[in-house]
Amino acid sequence: MARAVTTQHKTIATVAAWIVALLIFFPILYTIITSFKSEQEAIQGFALIPSGTFESYTEVQAQSGYFKFFFNSVLLSVGSTVLALLVAIPAAWSMAFSPTKRTKDILMWMLSTKMMPAVAVLFPIYLIFRDTGLLDSRIGLMVMLMLINLPIVVWMLYTYFREIPGEILEAARMDGASLWNEIIYVLTPMAVPGIASTMLLNIILAWNEAFWTIRLTTTEAAPLTAFISSFSSPQGLFWAKLSAASTLAIAPILIMGWFSQKQLVRGLTFGAVK
Amino acid sequence: MKLRTLTLGLLSASALAFAAHAESITIATVNNGDMVRMQKLTDDFTKANPDIQLNWVTLEENVLRERVTTDIATKGGQYDVMTIGTYEVPIWAKQSWLLPLDKLGDDYDAKDIIPAIAGGLSVDGKLYAAPFYGESSFVMYRKDLMEKAGLKMPDAPTWDFIKQAADKMTDRANGVNGVCLRGKAGWGENMAFLTAMSNSFGARWFDENWKPQFDQPEWKKTLQFYVDLMKADGPEGASSNGFNENLALFQQGKCGMWIDATVAASFVSDPKASQVADKVGYALAPDNGLGKRGNWLWAWSLAIPAGTKKADAAEKFVSWATSKHYAELVASKEGWANVPPGTRSSLYANAEYQKAAPFAKMTLDSINAADPTHPTVKPVPYVGVQFVAIPEFQGLGTTVGQLFSAALAGQSSVDDALKQAQDAATAAMTEGGYIK
Repeated sequence: MARAVTTQHKTIATVAAWIVALLIFFPILYTIITSFKSEQEAIQGFALIPSGTFESYTEVQAQSGYFKFFFNSVLLSVGSTVLALLVAIPAAWSMAFSPTKRTKDILMWMLSTKMMPAVAVLFPIYLIFRDTGLLDSRIGLMVMLMLINLPIVVWMLYTYFREIPGEILEAARMDGASLWNEIIYVLTPMAVPGIASTMLLNIILAWNEAFWTIRLTTTEAAPLTAFISSFSSPQGLFWAKLSAASTLAIAPILIMGWFSQKQLVRGLTFGAVK
Repeated sequence: MKLRTLTLGLLSASALAFAAHAESITIATVNNGDMVRMQKLTDDFTKANPDIQLNWVTLEENVLRERVTTDIATKGGQYDVMTIGTYEVPIWAKQSWLLPLDKLGDDYDAKDIIPAIAGGLSVDGKLYAAPFYGESSFVMYRKDLMEKAGLKMPDAPTWDFIKQAADKMTDRANGVNGVCLRGKAGWGENMAFLTAMSNSFGARWFDENWKPQFDQPEWKKTLQFYVDLMKADGPEGASSNGFNENLALFQQGKCGMWIDATVAASFVSDPKASQVADKVGYALAPDNGLGKRGNWLWAWSLAIPAGTKKADAAEKFVSWATSKHYAELVASKEGWANVPPGTRSSLYANAEYQKAAPFAKMTLDSINAADPTHPTVKPVPYVGVQFVAIPEFQGLGTTVGQLFSAALAGQSSVDDALKQAQDAATAAMTEGGYIK
């Protein structure tokens, strides 16, 4: 009887999970479907079967040149993530293993910067970028993306590092390991799942960041967010083209997320049950 | 051998010198059909000007507006040519943010620009932006439904006629709404329509002393008429409908009438996109017999920011893109119907254009019926038909737009919306130093 109830519960849970997952995924699915419709089909109302035309993709590529934007997106998201890890690993290490009275406050302060609306600092940042010649530069944007994601990266790494027993590091120190050796050869390998999931999440966040990437670029450093934005039209219905542009922009990150979902979930739930 | 090496060296050096000399200009623009077409046709420009390279930045309208405003206010120098509208040009020109366009070339024929449009883009008689395409607003209606209702649309209808026709055309059982109008909040959305409409009801945003006028009976009449009309004959959820939503409804045959931008005519009459392409008629925007019609005036125009270091190249491009030659180029490649409308008188005198664009005459008449310098029945201290050309208008217009959109959605009464609009406008004008 107990076994039957468990099976029944499992089935209900599975069905519920599928429904929720489909609901969440549906807007993306419908965008993909719409991208294979003609413009007229796209505005004609709800339909799940498209005519299967590639017209929108051809036009989108001809109009804007996808690959330049794609290349910038890859460079910016990976570059900013590497930069963020270089800064965040030592920061999180010191906060996790040598905490002071103010460590919690510093962590809270770091996180609080994420609560401020980005537009509030648009002008100062824009002026700094203008005066340092960083407008429309990949380096400038990489640093910007690193800075805006840094609080989350530090917090995540701090949480993972706290799970690692301090005694192991002490043992390494007793064996004569230097500070760098301790971080590189002892701490980092043990925190690989945490670092990997932090990295993946940061890449996704940087890939999707649309406020600064649109406002601080023009042509050279513009990533896929600017590419999508260029297909939104105030006068005229270009839903199929807009859907094709969105599909092209989200496809790489969707595929990456699909292949790395195990690491992502493992990393995000790391230390959750304790 | 030596001679060959020398020749090669000289050639390479001159190629390098040429490459170094070539300058690139960055053009910020919106994703409208006419702009996209221009990007495809720029080979014609670069062939004639091989030393100028063109870089395009296409953005969503609101993002574009924010980006170019930030850039021009901070002298960021990111753009050499900007696509801006009739709202920005007078404000920015007065701030000395734009360069006057006085080197457009001998064959440019600036006098050919439609006077109403040129007036909206000039300050102290100097042109600060060249119009790429211009538009007004007019009534687009279904000839078949009008006939079925036993009515005939006059060339210049009144608001009472629009109400009568909308009542008769509404057939909710078959999904037909008598009239579709903008309801989505925004200074360029519902407030463009409502401000233009209010002009024909004798209303105005401010009196000669910048005192807001939402507490006057003319505004009450305007908003009450609009809300009543939309409740009786408008589509469901109209408070979230803007240009694109109404375009979709009209193209699907769900609107008897639609009063909106003249540029929509080419979309609703396109058989590839519209199910009612062969059934559309056009008429001037309605009036109330007070001497002003409810139509607006807008021109997407190309301007050169004062901070550019490539003013000459930028002006060459602006001249090319807004020339008669460009109109002929579009006509030769894509047909006369696709030539950007509403900028040059010569286009409307062209028999081939008149034949290809059945809405041509009505578009020109609508543009000519708008006067941005005298937009209202009573005198006003501002310029602009569907907007007030002051920097505060973007924020204030959107706030008032939200209040009026809420009244349309039934979340507040017309009286409440007008009272709140009056308070918001008074506060903004006092803060801006207009009211002492």
